[in-house]
Amino acid sequence: MKRRIKPAEFAMQTLFLVCGLTAIAFVLLITVYLILAGLPAIREIGLTDFLLGRTWASTHATDPRFGILPMILTSVYGAAGAIVLGVPVGFFTALFLAKAAPPRLAGLIRPAVNLLAGIPSVVYGLVGMCVLVPALRAWLDLPAGDTLLAAMIVLAVMILPSVISVSDAALAAVPREYEEASLALGATPVETYLRVTAPAARGGVAAAVALGVGRAIGEAMAILMVAGNVANMPSLLSSVRFLTTGIAIEMNYAAPGSLQRQALFSIGLVLFFFIMVINILLNLALKRGREG
Amino acid sequence: MAEQAILSARDLDFFYGAAQALRHITLDIPAGRVTALIGPSGCGKSTFLRTINRMNDLVPGTRMAGSLTFQGQEIYAPGLDVTALRRRVGMVFQKPNPFPMSIYDNVAYGPRTHGERRRARLDELVETSLRAAAIWEEVRDRLKKSALGLSGGQQQRLCIARALAVEPEVLLMDEATSALDPISTARIEDLIGSLKERYTIVMVTHNMQQALRVSDRTAFFLSGELVEFSPTERLFSMPRDQRTEDYITGRFG
Ligand SMILES: Nc1ncnc2c1ncn2[C@@H]1O[C@H](COP(=O)(O)OP(=O)(O)OP(=O)(O)O)[C@@H](O)[C@H]1O
Ligand SMILES: [Mg+2]
Repeated sequence: MKRRIKPAEFAMQTLFLVCGLTAIAFVLLITVYLILAGLPAIREIGLTDFLLGRTWASTHATDPRFGILPMILTSVYGAAGAIVLGVPVGFFTALFLAKAAPPRLAGLIRPAVNLLAGIPSVVYGLVGMCVLVPALRAWLDLPAGDTLLAAMIVLAVMILPSVISVSDAALAAVPREYEEASLALGATPVETYLRVTAPAARGGVAAAVALGVGRAIGEAMAILMVAGNVANMPSLLSSVRFLTTGIAIEMNYAAPGSLQRQALFSIGLVLFFFIMVINILLNLALKRGREG
Repeated sequence: MAEQAILSARDLDFFYGAAQALRHITLDIPAGRVTALIGPSGCGKSTFLRTINRMNDLVPGTRMAGSLTFQGQEIYAPGLDVTALRRRVGMVFQKPNPFPMSIYDNVAYGPRTHGERRRARLDELVETSLRAAAIWEEVRDRLKKSALGLSGGQQQRLCIARALAVEPEVLLMDEATSALDPISTARIEDLIGSLKERYTIVMVTHNMQQALRVSDRTAFFLSGELVEFSPTERLFSMPRDQRTEDYITGRFG
């Protein structure tokens, strides 16, 4: 049986379809472009030398090296550090908001958290550079405060809003019946939140972690300003270069067609791959969270 | 008085904000017996039940007046340890609400909360509680499996086991069988019969046959007031109050 569709209806449906296809087209375009642009350098340098090489000396006149292991590890450590610092703080903030805070206080904190999410990353970088970096240098008595630690702290603050709002939603969705059962058994409210509510929300918390990792891996501007940007093998109190900042720093002056420039695209490809994996994990976590 | 009262209400009033849900309730609940609370929807049965373990504290803006004692102790005394009270007065809810954990962890939750860490003691408590709740045989081989995989009736018996594991003296049941099929309901009614040897049970039910089958005493509530409180058989065969008679004969409610 044929359904008669009104012209206006048809036009709108076509518009929706075109918009949806555009989004998909962009994803495909970026993917294809990154692969095409990123593969030549990897082929020339060699996959293992590129991924596992410990030296990045892209502008060396006679013996340039293109090993990005320092940047990979820095990005991984940086994200891990941001998670270790940011997730507990974010989670407990969410627990407080969802369960313990008086409604009026929660009504004050939630907009503040959303505001935090809206601050441009360059502002985080500025504050990190002008406040955090000098403070770290003074406290830890370092020659310079631009360190992996500084970047971790900035990233931790930057992922807070998403960790808080995702955890908040997951905790608020925990059925009230679980908490009542726990209280009726003589558990205190705090015991109840920690032993019943939080475990019941673990899918959402996993999603918050994955979201945080994605943000931390992908951030460039803020950490560019606080990490020092020397492509060292990472250690907590030394100057480091991330995958993102590695691209951002050298793209300005890498000559078109040079191996250096091509290698920067290869870094982009690696970064893209990381983000893809994290997104898949995030989707799995969200699905698990929804299924309880 | 032949029977010892374990819970006593004297002129108990209860308010949700400005709305009064209980009016001058005075009754003595005997120890080691099953007491049923009946009455039309909204008459305050749940409210009364939830004053006994102070679950009403969770609702903001509530207030009580009068006296409610548990073994002579004022339940609403300032400074009373509510967690200790709730440990001695267990509760089973209308909708089965096992935690999303293993069957074992569900039952062990209460004892662990109260500091029990010895594995052997926990094993023992889990087994005796599940046996007392008449569900041991059905779950003994799947203690490590999620409690959410059980049927509704099994979940409710698990919730009873979970409440028993903290070794309470009183068990409050708020329409504990209303979400269950007739066979599961019958099993839980049998269970109540066997539990009353060791526990005082206060149960809310909409099912008058059920009150008649399992309870020793029945309290009839209407609009926040206690109309009649008598031995169950007497209340159903020779109600003293016209309103009780109207209700049990189905003339309103
Ligand atoms: N959380 C609450 N906030 C405000 N009013 C409430 C609350 N809970 C119950 N009430 C009111 O108190 C009165 C008694 O309610 P209660 O739940 O005790 O009745 P009930 O006898 O258990 O009814 P039912 O048989 O439907 O469960 C009702 O008028 C109800 O609207
Ligand atoms: Mg009720």
